[in-house]
Amino acid sequence: MTQQRDISIKVPVLTRVEGEGALRLQIKNGVIEDLQLQIYEPPRLFEKMLLGREPNDVIDIVARICGICPVAYQMTAVQAFENLCEVEVTPWIRAMRRVFYCGEWLQSHALHIHMLAAPDFLGFDNIIEMASKHASVVRRGLRLQALGNDLIALFGARSVHPVGVQVGGFYHAPAVTAVAQIIERLQAAKQDADELVRWTASLPLPAEEQQFVSVALRHANEYPMNEGRIISSSGLNIDCHEYPAHFREHQVPHSTALHALLQDRPYLVGPLARINLNADNLPIELHNLLTTCGITFPSQNMFHSIVARAAECWLAINEAIHLLQDYTQPSEAAIPWQARAGSGMMATEAPRGLLWHHYEVDAAGQVLTARIVPPTSQNQARIEEDLRHSFESIDLGQKDDALRLHGETVIRNYDPCISCATHFLQLDVRRD
Amino acid sequence: MAAQNPRPRIAVHKFSSCDGCQLAFLNLGEDLLALNELVDIVHFAEAGMLDEMAEVDIAFVEGSISTQTDIERIHKIRAQSQYLITIGACATAGGLQALRNLSDSGWLQAVYAQPDYIDSLQHVSPISKQVHVDFELWGCPIDQQQLVTVIRSLLWEVIPKLEQNKVCLECKRRQHVCVMVTQGTACMGPVTHTGCGALCPSVGRGCYGCYGPGENPNTAALGQRFAGLGLLPQQIANQFLAINSQAEPFTATGKIWKDKS
Repeated sequence: MTQQRDISIKVPVLTRVEGEGALRLQIKNGVIEDLQLQIYEPPRLFEKMLLGREPNDVIDIVARICGICPVAYQMTAVQAFENLCEVEVTPWIRAMRRVFYCGEWLQSHALHIHMLAAPDFLGFDNIIEMASKHASVVRRGLRLQALGNDLIALFGARSVHPVGVQVGGFYHAPAVTAVAQIIERLQAAKQDADELVRWTASLPLPAEEQQFVSVALRHANEYPMNEGRIISSSGLNIDCHEYPAHFREHQVPHSTALHALLQDRPYLVGPLARINLNADNLPIELHNLLTTCGITFPSQNMFHSIVARAAECWLAINEAIHLLQDYTQPSEAAIPWQARAGSGMMATEAPRGLLWHHYEVDAAGQVLTARIVPPTSQNQARIEEDLRHSFESIDLGQKDDALRLHGETVIRNYDPCISCATHFLQLDVRRD
Repeated sequence: MAAQNPRPRIAVHKFSSCDGCQLAFLNLGEDLLALNELVDIVHFAEAGMLDEMAEVDIAFVEGSISTQTDIERIHKIRAQSQYLITIGACATAGGLQALRNLSDSGWLQAVYAQPDYIDSLQHVSPISKQVHVDFELWGCPIDQQQLVTVIRSLLWEVIPKLEQNKVCLECKRRQHVCVMVTQGTACMGPVTHTGCGALCPSVGRGCYGCYGPGENPNTAALGQRFAGLGLLPQQIANQFLAINSQAEPFTATGKIWKDKS
């Protein structure tokens, strides 16, 4: 029987997350009276600073929303402008953008798995402590993270705020020799990726199933990254232009990031949602690997997120090899385009989940309005729902420290990117 | 460093930012483990070390000041740190979010239905507006090599020697083809602090000034040159009023062109 005591948990600074957040929890007589994922990271008001800027400047500016996932912001913005200007890119550009995105998934997931999440499951405070007992695991993680960074730099010259993307394609095409070198490293990393999937599946992950709605992109025959329709596990299937009609954002007092809801309900975006909705588009080798590890997707165990991230690292490496193996350098890395007035939208799959952009541009090509919905603001309501569920289903008689760690583990499992979440807030606020 | 303490203590603090400069630590790979052999990392929330008010030998500070709470925090951090080093454009010059300093009030009101819930100052400031800063690392993001050089220098009790040249010189040294001369592309390289390795010209595009102004930059002449290339006043203003809009030579030239637009 659950001990009926009053519990007050406060985590004033969440560690091992990107950005600044806190947790507040009040339990009275075994009942949760108050539960808040507090986000106090100050807003940077990007949607205002984008006004009056031209598309190629916007691509450089939106990267600065997030140091860990700048590629996601660049890929979403560039395609929104291309939709607006009716630019059709070449198959080479399309393929190389996917490779570029693979680099970001790989570095971001490798960083989260090893530096932010795994210490929770293995009982360490941080990766450096973890390295003292699990040196080879940590080294493998750092190798994969570095490979992801180098794959981004192949196109962007650096991995944080890369400089290679422009409307119509890239500023330059990598040299054949540079591509050959990275293919060699990707080939060597295949074994690391296999082992990473096995290792995450062997971690002592809690076996807690819960009900939640997954939302992700879906592409006819690819695992989604740069394009697709927005679908949900509850039957939604829409084009990215229909996003505002189905998803609603609202402000809550304890967060500088807006909460998003689908049909007034919380929902999940990110690797687990993505793999749940696209399991049939996984390569057969990866599917078999997961099966031998005893993991089946779709899964309603939120803690399978870390396995989903490892599977996506595997996918990123193998996909990059596939797309680069017959690499030739094109004569032009971008196709010409002309500014025009209009409205452009795009949704892509950032490492942390669905990322949606909308820009309106005048005839001179300058931005009139910008609206961006990042993954973490979409996950906020789901994280609070999960915390509530988790604290209702565990033994509240545990010590406060154990309860606090449990709350933090639940939150970190979502890989919240708080810097992102607070940096995009909608412009067309309803004041009712 | 204090002689009786063989392992200096360092802290990494975050203010308003994208977290990208902290990645200069987290992306060190094996060197992160090597760094941990040389120093005690006592506070670095994103990496899992939490002791914000600990006394340290070196405090690295990312991000700019944008709330009242930030002001109180940075003063406490300064008081407990022997050296305070800013990392990146936000901490050193305010960053992109400081663009709101150039505008009339009302940004928060435009974005939030309930602006009263938000603790936010009207103006964003770099760390040096609040407290004394010992060294500044420019860049959006900073370069990892710069960071390692600074840590290594301080560990050897040597004053870090920071690059003062401009991107333009670095670009020549690397034998990149000049994008402004050959393609007529606007490039901030002649007035921007180097440190990145002249990355933008290396991919065939103009520098956009993310490392801030170099020594004695002739921003007025460059603005005129941009006009000669056919850029409109608003476009010239946008070149200077971007990531380092609050770094003085960029602010002044940017405002002149903004007024003409």
